[in-house]
Amino acid sequence: MIDVRTAPAPGAQVAGSLAVRSWKAPIAFTVFVVAAAILFIGLARDAPTTFRLSNPNDAIQLPELVLPAFATGIIATAIMATITVYAFLRAREARRIPLWVTTVFAIVFLVAFLTWAAAGSTLPMIGLLAGSLTVATPLIFGSLGGVISERVGVVNIAIEGQLLSGAFVAALVASITGNPFAGLAGAVLAGALVSTILASFSIKYLVDQIIVGVVLNVLVIGLTSFLFSTLMTADSATFNSPARLPRISIPLLADIPILGPILFQQSIIVYLMYIAVAAVWFALFKTRWGLRIRAVGEHPTAADTVGIKVRATRFWNVLLAGAIVGGGGAFFSLAAVGSFQKEMTNGAGYIALAAVIFGRWDPIRATLAALLFGFATNLQSTLSIVGSPVPSEFMLMLPYVVTIFAVAGLVGASRPPAATGKPYITS
Amino acid sequence: MKLELRGITKRFGALTANDHIDLVVQPGEIHCLLGENGAGKSTLMNVLYGLYRADEGEILLDDQVQKFEGPGDAMNAGIGMVHQHFMLIPVFTVAENVMLGNENTKAGGVLDLEAARTKVREISARFGFDIDPDAKIEDLPVGVQQRVEIIKALSRDAKVLVFDEPTAVLTPQETDELMDIMRQLKDEGTAIVFITHKLREVREVADRITVIRLGKVVGEAEPSATNAELASLMVGRAVSLTVDKADAAPGDDALVVSELTVTDHVGQVLVDNVSFTLKRGEILCVAGVQGNGQTELTEAIMGLQHRVLGSIVLDGTELVGQSTRGVLDSGVGFVPEDRTEDGLVGEFTIAENLMLDRYTSEPFVKAGTLQLDALARFAAEKVTEFDVRAQGIATKVGRLSGGNQQKVVLARELSRELRLFIAAQPTRGLDVGSIEFVHKRIVATRDAGVPVIVVSTELDEVTALADRIAVMYRGRIIGIVPGDTPRDVLGLMMAGETPSEVAA
Repeated sequence: MIDVRTAPAPGAQVAGSLAVRSWKAPIAFTVFVVAAAILFIGLARDAPTTFRLSNPNDAIQLPELVLPAFATGIIATAIMATITVYAFLRAREARRIPLWVTTVFAIVFLVAFLTWAAAGSTLPMIGLLAGSLTVATPLIFGSLGGVISERVGVVNIAIEGQLLSGAFVAALVASITGNPFAGLAGAVLAGALVSTILASFSIKYLVDQIIVGVVLNVLVIGLTSFLFSTLMTADSATFNSPARLPRISIPLLADIPILGPILFQQSIIVYLMYIAVAAVWFALFKTRWGLRIRAVGEHPTAADTVGIKVRATRFWNVLLAGAIVGGGGAFFSLAAVGSFQKEMTNGAGYIALAAVIFGRWDPIRATLAALLFGFATNLQSTLSIVGSPVPSEFMLMLPYVVTIFAVAGLVGASRPPAATGKPYITS
Repeated sequence: MKLELRGITKRFGALTANDHIDLVVQPGEIHCLLGENGAGKSTLMNVLYGLYRADEGEILLDDQVQKFEGPGDAMNAGIGMVHQHFMLIPVFTVAENVMLGNENTKAGGVLDLEAARTKVREISARFGFDIDPDAKIEDLPVGVQQRVEIIKALSRDAKVLVFDEPTAVLTPQETDELMDIMRQLKDEGTAIVFITHKLREVREVADRITVIRLGKVVGEAEPSATNAELASLMVGRAVSLTVDKADAAPGDDALVVSELTVTDHVGQVLVDNVSFTLKRGEILCVAGVQGNGQTELTEAIMGLQHRVLGSIVLDGTELVGQSTRGVLDSGVGFVPEDRTEDGLVGEFTIAENLMLDRYTSEPFVKAGTLQLDALARFAAEKVTEFDVRAQGIATKVGRLSGGNQQKVVLARELSRELRLFIAAQPTRGLDVGSIEFVHKRIVATRDAGVPVIVVSTELDEVTALADRIAVMYRGRIIGIVPGDTPRDVLGLMMAGETPSEVAA
C-alpha cells in the first residue's frame, strides 16, 4: 500500500515570511470606507429617505421604512471601518476573510449609499428589485448558454450575436404570425442557427473560437441592422409590431409580501428563466448528459477513451446553448420594448460572458452574478428618476464598474474547464 | 478471450509506425510488448483500442474479426486499457470517473451514483485496494490513480487488458504491487498485454515476450532470456547496460544548500527544509517519485522559483535572490526535465538553440548584432563533438529525434565554463544509444572536476551514475546514502521511510 503518513501533508501552511497573504480584500474595503466617509459624511445630505416596501395595489401592505440619511451614513461608515480593521488583522495572520463578512460589508455600504443618494425622496424598493430581475433576465439566459458551451469545451463569445439574432427573429416572427410564442420559438431557432456556425467552424474546421465568436457578433449586428432599416422601417406595421409576451401574476405566490411582487408578477419569459436555471443546474450536475458534457470540456481524450463522441457532444451542446441564449434574446423585443431596435442588446452578451466567469462556470452562481449586474443597471435608472446628486454619466458607468470589479477583483484566478477553447484533434 | 492482431499497419504521413505487426495473446497470459520509446508499441495499442484507425490489417477476438470505429466499440468488445497518461478527469470523483461513458441511470437520465460507488467498492475489495469512491482524482497519489484506471477497465468487464508503460510513475514497491495485481488478473483468465521498456519487469512477470523495433516485430523471447539478450534484440545491436566510470575523486565543497524551503503561490510547501553539500568532481543523484519536490529544487537553484527561503552557496556566492541570468553567469549549467518545453525552442535552428543563453556578449553578439559566422563555426563544431544527427546546423530543432534534441541541450550547457552542472531527467524518453552517450558526457563532466546534480526517477539511472544518492519524498530529503545502496532500500526511501527505519 502507499504510505501517506510519514511526512507532513503537502497542503500544510508554513508560518513565517513565506506564508501567502492576500491584501486584496482589506485594501478594497479601505477604498470603500474612504469613499463612504467622503460621500456620507463629507458630502452629507441631511434629509430622511423613505424606502417603500410594497406596491399600492398589493394585498398585504407593509409600512414604509424611513431612515435619516446623515445618521445612517455615520453608522454605516463606522461598521465598515470596523470590518476593514478586522480584515487587516485576518490578512496579517494569512487567513482568509469569510464570505459572510464581505457580504455584510457590501449590504451595509449599499443601504447607506441608497439612503444617501435618495435623501429627501422615496425609493420604490419593490420596483427597484423587480426591475433588476427583469433587466437581468436576458443576461441570465446568456450566461446559461455560456456555461453550457464553455463546460463542453467551446468558448462562446457569440452570446451577444445570439441574443441579438433572437431579438430580431422574435420581433419578425411574432409580427407576421401575430403570436408572441411563435416569435419565441423563432428566437430559439435563430440562436441555434448562430451557434451552428460557431460550432461548425470551431469544431469541424478548427478556426480559433474567439475569432469566430467575434466575427459572428459583427455579422449579426450588420445583418439585423440592414434588415431593420430596409425591411422593418419600411413597413413596421407588418414586420415590427409584435404582440408582447403576457405578464402573469401567479396566484397566492404573488401575494407574499416583498417577494411576491418581485418574483411572481413578471413576464412569462422570466418564469421560463426560473425553469431554465433549475433545469440547467440539475442536468449539468445530476444527469448522464451533464457528466458527459463536463468530461468533454475537462479532458476530451479521456472522454473519448470511454466511448463518448467528443465532437458530436460539443456540436449539439453548443447548438443547445445557442438556442437558450436566442430564447433569452426574445426578451428584448417581446417583453422589454415591444419592437426590435437596431443593436438593442447593447453589449448584454458581453456582460453575460462576464457573469459566466464571475459565476465560475456554475449556472446558479452565474445567475447570481447576472442579477448583480441587473441590479446595478436598474439602480442607475431608478436613482436618475428620484434625482440623485451623482451626475448621470457616472451612474451610467455603474453596471460596467461593477462588472470590472467583480471579474477582476473578486474572482481573481479561477479555474475554467481545462479544455475549453481547445479543439479536439485525433489522427 | 483470445486476442489476435494480423498484419496491423499504421502510417503517419511518410512514417510507418507499425509495419505488418502480428501478435497473439491467449487468455490467462501476460504478454509483454518490449521496445524502445518510439518503437511503435503505443501506436499499436491505440489501434487496438480504436483510438487510431489501422491502414491495413485486422483485429480478432476469439477468432472473430472486429471493426472498431472508436474506443467505445473496443470497450464493448471487452478490451480495457490502463493508459500511460491516465485517462481520468482530475476534477471528478473516483465513482464519476469509473461510471463515465457507462453510466447507470435512473429515470430521465439521472445518474445513479450509488451504483457506481458500489461497483468501485466491489472491485476494490476483490484486489484489496482501499479507495474512497468519493475522493477527487486530483487529490489522489498517482499510484492510487492507476488503480482507479484498473477499476475503470474492470467495471466494463474487460477480458483483454492493456497496460501501457504502467510503471513509469510508480515507486518500486508500487511496481511490485502492480505485478501482483497483474498475476491475480491473469489467474482469473484475463489476457494481459504489458507494454514496457524496462527489462527487469518483463523478466519478472511475462509469460511471453514480443520485441518491437522501428515498427516491426523483430523477435519473440522467453522470460528466461538475459537482460543483455533482450536489450540487444530491442536496440538491434549489443549494448552495454552499465556505465563505465572510475571512482569519484571528490575535491572541496562546491555547493552548499542549507535549509532551503520553496512554496507555491498558495503557500503549499514544495521543498521542505532541504540541506546538502556537494563536492567538486562528484555526482549527486536526486532520486524519488515524480512530483516530490525534485523539479522545484532544481528550479530554486536556477532562480526560477520565487518563494524561496534558505541559502544556496556556490563557491562562496549566494545564489538565492539572484536572477536566472545571474545564476547562469555564476557558472551553472542546466538541463531541464522537459527539453521541448523548457530546454529548446522547436522553431529555432540548431545553431540558434546553441546560443540561446549566450545572447548578451561576445563571441555571438557584438554591438547588439548577431555574429552569424562565429555562431556557424561554433555550431558546426558542437554538432560534430556531440554527434547530433541532423542535415545541418540550420535544421529546426523541433524536427530532431528526442536523443538528438537532448544532445543539443547538452552541447549548449556543457560548452560554457561550469562550476555546477544540473541535469534533470537527462535521459527521459531517449533510445538506448542516446542514453549511453548522455551518461558518458555526464561522467566526463564529473571527471573534469565539476560538481554534478542528476535528478532522475529511474532507479537504473540513479544507481548507474550516482556517487551519492539523495532521496526526496514530499519535499524533504529522506536521506543521503552512498551510490551503491541496494535498490530495495532506495525503494523504501522513495516511499517515505527514513534510512534508519529501513535498516531496522
